[in-house]
Amino acid sequence: MSTAPSQPQSRRDWLLSDRPQSRMQARLGRAYMTWLRFSSNRLAVLGLLIILALILVAIFADVLAPHDPVVGNLAGARLLPPGTEGYLLGTDDQGRDILSRLLHGSRLTLLVIVLVAIIAAPVGLLVGAVSGYVGGWVDAVLMRITDIFLAFPKLVLALAFVAALGPGIENAILAIAITSWPPYARIARAETLTVRNSDYIAAVQLMGASPFRIVLRHVMPMCMSSLIVRVTLDMAGIILTAAGLGFLGLGAQPPLPEWGAMIASGRRFILDQWWVATMPGIAILVVSLGFNLLGDGLRDALDPREASQ
Amino acid sequence: MSIPETSQLVAGRKGARAKGWAATIARFLVVMVTTYLGLLAVTFFIGRVVPIDPVLAVLGDRAPAHVVERVREEMGLNRPLYIQFYYYLRDALTGNFGTSVLTTNPVMADIRRVFPATMELATVGTLIGSLAGIPLGVLAAVKRGSIADQIVRVVGLVGYSVPIFWLALLSLLLFYAKLQWVAFPGRIDIVYEYSFTPVTGFYLLDSAWQGQWDVFIDVFRHIILPASLLGYFSLAYISRMTRSFMLNELSQEYIVAARAKGLSETRIIWGHALRNAAVPLVTVIALSYAGLLEGSVLTETVFSWPGLGLYITNSLQNADMNAVLGGTIVIGSVFIAINILSDLLYRTLDPRTRAR
Repeated sequence: MSTAPSQPQSRRDWLLSDRPQSRMQARLGRAYMTWLRFSSNRLAVLGLLIILALILVAIFADVLAPHDPVVGNLAGARLLPPGTEGYLLGTDDQGRDILSRLLHGSRLTLLVIVLVAIIAAPVGLLVGAVSGYVGGWVDAVLMRITDIFLAFPKLVLALAFVAALGPGIENAILAIAITSWPPYARIARAETLTVRNSDYIAAVQLMGASPFRIVLRHVMPMCMSSLIVRVTLDMAGIILTAAGLGFLGLGAQPPLPEWGAMIASGRRFILDQWWVATMPGIAILVVSLGFNLLGDGLRDALDPREASQ
Repeated sequence: MSIPETSQLVAGRKGARAKGWAATIARFLVVMVTTYLGLLAVTFFIGRVVPIDPVLAVLGDRAPAHVVERVREEMGLNRPLYIQFYYYLRDALTGNFGTSVLTTNPVMADIRRVFPATMELATVGTLIGSLAGIPLGVLAAVKRGSIADQIVRVVGLVGYSVPIFWLALLSLLLFYAKLQWVAFPGRIDIVYEYSFTPVTGFYLLDSAWQGQWDVFIDVFRHIILPASLLGYFSLAYISRMTRSFMLNELSQEYIVAARAKGLSETRIIWGHALRNAAVPLVTVIALSYAGLLEGSVLTETVFSWPGLGLYITNSLQNADMNAVLGGTIVIGSVFIAINILSDLLYRTLDPRTRAR
C-alpha cells in the first residue's frame, strides 16, 4: 500500500494498532482491515467499479445520453446497426438510440434494487432478530411463515403477485420485495441465536434495557455484516427477476427504457437486427456480474470464516 | 457439522433410532402440512384479496353486469372471507382450480396435459447440469487456485449473472438461424405431431420405447438447446457446491490416511472424497431441479415449449387468474415435495444427521 505520501507508515500503524485509543480509531482500524482484505481481491474491486459506474451513469444519464431515450427519429433512424454515426450501439424499431436508452435504463435498474433492498432487508432483519431473541412460539410461528415463503419459487410467486396487482414497475418492485425477505430473516435469526446468550447481552439486560431496545440496538447491528453480504449477492438475482418480469411485459411499461422490456421488444427483430435485443442483455449481464463479484469479495472480506466456500 | 459422541450413539442405539425415526417423520408431516396450507393461503390471498375485484380479474372488465353477478355468486364472493377460504381449500385439495378462461378447460386438466413437457425439459437439463457440473467442480477443487479453477469459477459466475431469456434468444439466433444445428422452437416437428402418440408424455422415452427413431432424433433436436441452457444454470450452482464440498472432504484426515496407504490419487478423489461429498450433493441436485422448474417459465416462453411455464405466461398475458394461480400452486407443491424429499434423502444417506 503506497497511498498517502505524507507519513504513510505512521497513519497505517495508527489504523492497524492493536490497542486503539478511541472508539473511532477501533472502528476505522477495522474498516481499514476489511478494505485491505477486500482490495487484495482483484475481481471484487472490478465488481465495485462496475457498481460505482452504474451509480454514476444513473446520476448523469441526462448529460451522458446523446439522444432522447423515449422519443426516436422514426423517419430517418429506424433499426440502424451499431457504429452508425451518432448511434454507437444502433437504434431500435422506433428510431431510438439504444445507448441512450441503456443509460437511462440504469436508473430503473438502480431504482428496483434500492427499493427492494430498502423494503425487504429491514423486514427480514426484524423478523429474524425478534424470532431469534424472543424464541418460543413466536420463533416457531415466524419461522414457519418464513419457510412457507422460502418454499415458493421466487419468480413464479412474483409473477402471481404482479398478475393480481397489475403490471407496472412499482408492482414488480413490491412483488420482488415480498419474495426476497425470507432468506434475510433466516440469516438474522441465525446470527441472533449466536449472540443471544453472550455476556454483553446479559450485561445490558442487567442494566435494565427493554427487549425492544436490546433487539434494536444490540442484536440487529450484529446481523448487519452477514446481511449486507447476502443482500449484495441477492442483487444479481433481483436484477434478473426484474428483467424477467420486464421481458414478460409485467414490469416497467413502454416506453420506459427498462432493460428486460427492451430485450422483449427486440425479440421480433432478432434474426436480422440482432443488436436491438443483444445490447440490453449485455448491460444486465455486466451489472449482475458486478454485484456477484462485489458480493463474493465482501463475503470474503467481512466473514473470513466462510472465505473458502 | 457436529458429530455426536460415539459412546452416546452406541448406548441404546436401537431404541433411540426407532423413536428418532418416528419423531422425524411426524415433524416432516407437520412441516409438509403447514407449508402446503401456507402455500394455499398465499395463493388465496393473491387471488381473492389483492385484486380490487376478483371477478373482474377472472372475467376481464368487458363482461356484462349480469355475468359478473352470476360469477360473483358462483365464486362465493358474497360470503365471509374465512368461509371462502374453507371452500378454496376444499377445492384445491381435490385438484379443482377452476376453469381457465383462455382454454375453457378445467385448469387441472390443462396442467396435467402440459406438465410432462416441463418435467422432461427440467430432467434433461438437470442431467446435463450434473454430468458437466460435478466433474468441473471436482476439477476446480483438486486444482485449487489454478487456471482451471479460475475458469470454472468464471463460467459459474456468468451462469449466475446472465438473463436466461436473453441467452436463449441469442442461442436460438446462433444454433437455429445461423448454423441450423437444432430444430425450430417447439417440442416436436409438425410432421410427427399426428403420427406419434405419446404415452407417458416424456417424448424422448416414448419415441425410444416405440422404436420410432426418426421421431426420437427430431425430439432430441428440439429439446437439446433449451435443456442445455437450463443445464448451464444448474451447472453454475452444482459445480460451485461440488467444489466447496470437495474442498471440505479433501482436507479431512481420512484422505491423508488414504494417501499414506499409497492409494492412487484417482481412487482417493473419485472413490473416497467424492463418495462422501455425494451425500450433500444429492440435496444440491434436487434443489437445482426445483430451480429449473422455475427457470423453465422464461425458457419455455422463448422456445415456445408447450409446458407449464408457457401455460402460465400465456395465461398471464390474458389475465387468466385461475390458470396462473393453479400453475403457481402446482409448481409450489412440487417445490415443497422436492425440498422435503431431499431433506429425507439426506438424512437417510448421512448417518451423522440421524436422530441423536
